[in-house]
Amino acid sequence: MVKRFFERFYIGLILVFLYAPIIILIVLSFNSSKSRSKWGGFTLHWYKELFKNQSIMNALYTTLIIAFLSALIATIIGTAAAIAINSMKKTPRTIMIAITNIPMLNADIVTGISLMLLFVALRYTLGFTSVLISHITFNIPYVILSVMPKLKQLNPHTYEAALDLGASPVYAFFRVILPDIFPGVFTGFFLAFTMSLDDFVITHFTKGPSINTLSTKIYTEVRKGIKPEIYALSTLMFITVLLLLIIINRRSADKKEPVRRL
Amino acid sequence: MKKLLAISALLIVMVLLAGCSDNGGEKVYVYNWGEYLDYETLELFKERTGITVVYEEFVQNEDMYPKVESEAVIYDVVCPSDYMIQKMIENDLLYAPNFDNIPNIKYIDETYLKSSEEFDPGNKYSVPYCWGTLGILYNKTMVDEPIDSWGVLFDEKYSGEILMIDSVRDAFAIALKYLGYDLNSTNEAELEEAKALLKKQYPLVQAYVVDEVRDKMIGGEAAIGVIYSGEAIYTSRENPDLEYVVPKEGSNVWIDGWVIPKNSKNKENAEAFINFMCDPEIALMNFNYITYSTPNSGAWNLIEDEAVKNSPVAFPPQDILDRCTAYRYLGEEVEANYIQKWYEAKGE
Repeated sequence: MVKRFFERFYIGLILVFLYAPIIILIVLSFNSSKSRSKWGGFTLHWYKELFKNQSIMNALYTTLIIAFLSALIATIIGTAAAIAINSMKKTPRTIMIAITNIPMLNADIVTGISLMLLFVALRYTLGFTSVLISHITFNIPYVILSVMPKLKQLNPHTYEAALDLGASPVYAFFRVILPDIFPGVFTGFFLAFTMSLDDFVITHFTKGPSINTLSTKIYTEVRKGIKPEIYALSTLMFITVLLLLIIINRRSADKKEPVRRL
Repeated sequence: MKKLLAISALLIVMVLLAGCSDNGGEKVYVYNWGEYLDYETLELFKERTGITVVYEEFVQNEDMYPKVESEAVIYDVVCPSDYMIQKMIENDLLYAPNFDNIPNIKYIDETYLKSSEEFDPGNKYSVPYCWGTLGILYNKTMVDEPIDSWGVLFDEKYSGEILMIDSVRDAFAIALKYLGYDLNSTNEAELEEAKALLKKQYPLVQAYVVDEVRDKMIGGEAAIGVIYSGEAIYTSRENPDLEYVVPKEGSNVWIDGWVIPKNSKNKENAEAFINFMCDPEIALMNFNYITYSTPNSGAWNLIEDEAVKNSPVAFPPQDILDRCTAYRYLGEEVEANYIQKWYEAKGE
């Protein structure tokens, strides 16, 4: 009895620590006073202001576009790289994997500053594209990391069999290999998407004027106080992700049912 | 699969083109503090002059400086603080604008031009944009008597109720002024005395804060805090028990001003932008948005709310200004010395 209580209490405590800040954020998004410590009354004002605020909306679009594009391109490059690395001999493969792991192990700030210095040295003007290139760069290792295990699990003979049966290498790749490694590719894509959404330091050093992602936009508001429109935006993002997760989990649960009945 | 790739490729091309799209026409690259002007003024500027403002924001002078110095991005107009302007002048990073193209400078009050000479001798490089004082914000229901001295920050009877500012120059300015010295002091003995005072203060402090002081004071978490005058207006509105005072020993007056980097590619557009910012109506719009004091006397005349216009917080009388000094850039060695002493005072 007591043990049960402590188990529940412990889990409750963890959940409180995880979600208390988010709950407070959601509550404050309806607060008509800008201050974090004073409740001024319920209002939807900040939500309306959010959609009118051009700079925050632009930051949101930029964040989503960069996250999507960099994840997509990094997935393509990363998958190709993983396949190549997989068919290397042992020594070159170990070296390549070590090199690939460096951006992940490095502190973000090292990657950010070195990329900025590279762009300056090449006289490449910082702007949207420089941020995109930087995001692709730090995303590729994560994709490679996600795809490699799936490649290892692959039966090496199915590809040969497909070739024997008359498929061209490209056809064999798309029809035989890709479907098998697809979960890894998918995971890699989402991992890259999340890392890109989350990033602040690298974007901060490689962005050009008037390019802002949400993280850099929020950072610039620190001196004067973060605007409540950001609370509204965060609440909306949180609810969106929550709904998506619920839908996805429902779907997987439904998929499992038919197998059990049989 | 192929269709998916084709569509993605198309998307990529479209977005890359959109990402580096160019509307052509005249541009001016402006680098300013976050939330430091009314964004509508940028639209108005485009309407009146046809010049598009490419706007970027920074959070600290120290973030801005390497970006300008490394020429990673070429800016046309930047808004640094007083000591940073001096550092940029000394490192030959600035262009002295042609003030014939900035006729609206006549609206900037003489007092602030004179204060600016502390860091920009002859007012050759900068045009004041916003200014303020450093002072004490206190909750009148939580203190025994009205405050008028920096001494209250070191007073044991307010132990645990003090919010000290977490900024090297500001902390030393307070200590030095309280001890009767110049806040731009480079005298080792004076600095050691200030450091000792700050070290004695350490156990009395509830927290070292910069921005959090606003919410903490509004929420009544502490009786006394250090704050800039611009924030004091906002906090007093939210909590009428809060009062702001510039202590009798004197304080710091800070000025943020517009400058033009030397490598700017659109110097005339930059001058037009600065001129536009000095227009009284535009300065008034910005003042209403950021609530930091404006040095623009034309804008001051246009303020409608009498309480704000005569507020001793936003527009203190001359005798208060006379005892406030602006920061000077003291050079890398001295700055490092200050930082070292600050860490020692906080026991780090």
